Amino acid sequence: MTASDIVFLLPEIILSIGASLLLIAPVIGWRSRERAAKWAMLILLAITALAVIICSNVVEGLPQTPNYSAMFALDGFAIFFKLLFIAAIAMIALLSDDFLRESRYSAWEYYSLLAFALTGMMFMASGVHLASIYIGLELMSLSSYILAGFFKNEEKSTEAAMKYFVLGTVSSGILLYGISLIYGVTGSLNLLTISKAMSTIITNDALMFGIMLLGAGLCFKIAAVPFHVWTPDVYEGAPTPIAAFLSTASKGAAVAIFARIFYVGLHDFQLDWSNILATISALSMILGNLAAITQDNVKRMLAYSSIGHAGYVLLGILSLNVMGLRGVLIYTLVYVFANLGIWATVLMLRRHAYAGERVDDFEGLHKRAPFWSFAMVIFLLSLGGIPPTAGFIGKYFLFAAAVQAGFGWLAIIAVLMSAVSMFFYFRIVVAMYLREGREAEVAITPALKWVAGVSLAVTLLFGIAPAPLIDQATRSSNWVATRAEILPHAGR
Amino acid sequence: MDIGILNVVTYLPLLGAAFILFFFSDPKKIRYAATVVAAIDFLASLVLWKNFDPNAGGEAIFQFRWTRDWIPSLGVKYDFGIDGIALLLILLTTFMGLIAIWSSFTAIDHRQKEYYVLLLLLQTGMIGTFCALDFFLFYVFWEVMLVPMYFIIGIWGGPRKLYAAIKFFLYTLAGSVLMLLSILALYFFNDGGIPFLHISGLGNGNTFSMLQYHNIGHLIPVSLQMWIFAGFFFGFAIKVPMFPFHTWLPDAHTEAPTAGSIILAAVLLKMGTYGFVRVALPMLPEATKKWLPFIIGLSIVGIIYGALVTLVQKDMKKLIAYSSVSHLGFVMLGMFALNPMGLKGSVIQMINHGISTGALFLLVGIIYERRHSRMISDYGGLAKQMPMYATLFLIAALSSMGLPALNGFIGEFTILIGAANRNIWWAVFAAIGIVLGAAYLLWLYQRVFWGPLDNPANKNVRDLNRRELGLLVALVAVMVWIGIYPKPIFDMIDKPVEYIVQKVDPGYFNAPAMHMAESK
Repeated sequence: MTASDIVFLLPEIILSIGASLLLIAPVIGWRSRERAAKWAMLILLAITALAVIICSNVVEGLPQTPNYSAMFALDGFAIFFKLLFIAAIAMIALLSDDFLRESRYSAWEYYSLLAFALTGMMFMASGVHLASIYIGLELMSLSSYILAGFFKNEEKSTEAAMKYFVLGTVSSGILLYGISLIYGVTGSLNLLTISKAMSTIITNDALMFGIMLLGAGLCFKIAAVPFHVWTPDVYEGAPTPIAAFLSTASKGAAVAIFARIFYVGLHDFQLDWSNILATISALSMILGNLAAITQDNVKRMLAYSSIGHAGYVLLGILSLNVMGLRGVLIYTLVYVFANLGIWATVLMLRRHAYAGERVDDFEGLHKRAPFWSFAMVIFLLSLGGIPPTAGFIGKYFLFAAAVQAGFGWLAIIAVLMSAVSMFFYFRIVVAMYLREGREAEVAITPALKWVAGVSLAVTLLFGIAPAPLIDQATRSSNWVATRAEILPHAGR
Repeated sequence: MDIGILNVVTYLPLLGAAFILFFFSDPKKIRYAATVVAAIDFLASLVLWKNFDPNAGGEAIFQFRWTRDWIPSLGVKYDFGIDGIALLLILLTTFMGLIAIWSSFTAIDHRQKEYYVLLLLLQTGMIGTFCALDFFLFYVFWEVMLVPMYFIIGIWGGPRKLYAAIKFFLYTLAGSVLMLLSILALYFFNDGGIPFLHISGLGNGNTFSMLQYHNIGHLIPVSLQMWIFAGFFFGFAIKVPMFPFHTWLPDAHTEAPTAGSIILAAVLLKMGTYGFVRVALPMLPEATKKWLPFIIGLSIVGIIYGALVTLVQKDMKKLIAYSSVSHLGFVMLGMFALNPMGLKGSVIQMINHGISTGALFLLVGIIYERRHSRMISDYGGLAKQMPMYATLFLIAALSSMGLPALNGFIGEFTILIGAANRNIWWAVFAAIGIVLGAAYLLWLYQRVFWGPLDNPANKNVRDLNRRELGLLVALVAVMVWIGIYPKPIFDMIDKPVEYIVQKVDPGYFNAPAMHMAESK
């Protein structure tokens, strides 16, 4: 390891030192200074973001790690997702602030775990080696198991954590087994070497089995059918900001590695896995959106909707074309912001630990908080993919990718299911605007306003003027696209 | 800097809505402000008309072009431009928009600010759809219309408003997302093709320009055209609505507030027919001919079935709603005659239906405001109590059933000529529809206005006030004008119709036999 190699890892090094300091803070006598925890966390995130930007500029001048044989890359794809994750975690930290103050659990530990999860996610975004990807994934997962059960005196929270932990570790085991089979056949864990080895293999049962297990493990992490059963229970039981974390940042990280592994490592076998993923995608869209219709609990509804969204993102992965790859980047960003906005609005309704969860709780919100009700409508339209919100741009790319890749039937299911999804998203709108009588009780804090406001700005801005986002996604996905051999000049 | 007059017409209502949202709180001021905005928008659209050149041919029929890059990496342009058909529909939109806003003064008594803001927002969406010459932009405006209409039905509607609103929303959305897939297929065909389906593209690069697709239409393989047409068909046929996709319409119309019904009937339904004229016919000529028997069949079923169902309705508003199914069947029939006469009649009938049915919904709304009942059985003998109202209702009904010297006649007659030119039987069925149309409207009129005034609740009903009279006289004036002197309208759509027939049936103008039959 030379000095210049450290540059690649500097943001993660800073972040993990910071996370450790957050853990130590209460021990050295800062336990009572709970308010400082939030600011410490936000400063740490700001420094990390700055480090990512500076390091990426430094790295641009350096040759990328030789042959890309190392475990870690700081390419455009990684930078895009790292900055997205940092922004998402910052917003989740803001969402958590009042929640923690009322619940009397230690904020320091909470933020420290969140920072460790972020470290894992940033590793995942950069991982080009199955071992480093796996380590990042486990760091994120272990932190989120604890966070899901952070309200250790609440039965629901503990139950959620337990379910998440048991199923999550099993899925990690399956993933690991898949990785070991792929290693056995190709002799490497590096994605580029794997892809090179695969180009000489015509068919191999062990390899296929390995890919399937790897895919199953990843599908668990992004909550795609039939590996989705944990999602509603965990979202419902976990503290609301953690449900927000699981449905946005954590899922986004899983999408990032999913895309990178399949685009860079396994693209030669696309004909073998794309149909399996297409089935999973179709099932996720159908089941997620149909099951969401019957939910009266907003957290469960969002859980099922996030299953549906996993199906949409899979469209981008299984298409294996430029459109799809860009779509994955754009959609993840758009989805994260729209979802965080919705979670912020849900938290505005909270009066005690688990309130603001029933659809009924939204009744008459437009009278109490007209602006935030309007924002909520925009977020819901964005998730449903209605222009002129950013969600439409994301869905446009994914649908276009599916049509271009010849998955017309899947695109038809996708568009019809996005129409169905408006039915349950609009149940919240109906409650907010169309049911008269009750007036929702709200507790709107500045932190929540910031999160919802930023999300609203992003959702509307990229809906009306999407060109910068698309250009950024194009630049950021360039490296992966080249390695996946899907750029136009490489013959498509 | 050239801001483009089409942008002015399109975004003026949006600006007005924002202005009202931020600066007004007194309901009375809001009402007047909204009316003023709609009136200015109407005047702006008249300026469009004044500067429009009906003699321009070829691609120059699309005038007032205003083009800017929007999303360069996808080839999406912000491209506005209108031909005579779009101009007519924009005039209809701004006119009926003004009528709708003006008609709501007393009907809407709660949450007025949101109401007028949404109506103005809806108007921007509608005008934008007619102006867009880029598919991406077209789709965006198409969807933008949905949400305001959903709220207008859902907040200010009748007892079953929630059901009607979501039904309207989901039906239309389901159709429009399928349309999106067809747009994508066109896009890929024009560019790189769809390798997996072994469809090679033309390599023309990224574009969503409708005019480009007009030009490559005949190059698309027929099998692909059929699929693309299917997607567009669902998008447009649901909006029209054609039988059997019409079931959302009676619910939406019955539950919507009066102004919502007016806009829905006058403009939103025309989105579907406009879509066929602008997109399906010129871009997919082969598929249009292959789908023709099916669509003609559905149109005829729609005409007859719609009229029969209309005949037995007990609710006046529902009756008029169902009559739309029948009338729009005419529009579709004329359009798919695929000759200039049929298409012209079809376009004119779009306008006529907007005026006449809009007027009828307004009339039903007026009596509903007074009596809070729309049941035909609650009325009878109203002619004695409300002579002005009865007279204007009669004119609107006669216009809707196609009496000569009123607008409906011009449209229906032209459609009949066009249809008979293709196939005499189509005209026969259409004529049956006209007879049934006269039956349900006259029977309605007879039950409501003639006979003894035996319901005591009707004895104290006021006749029209000045505002209502003004609205109705304006509508009737347009009916009479189109009925007596339709030449300006025919002139306006002459070239656009020629352009479309040229694309969909290039052989038409070369076949001398057909030319003879066509009385120009």
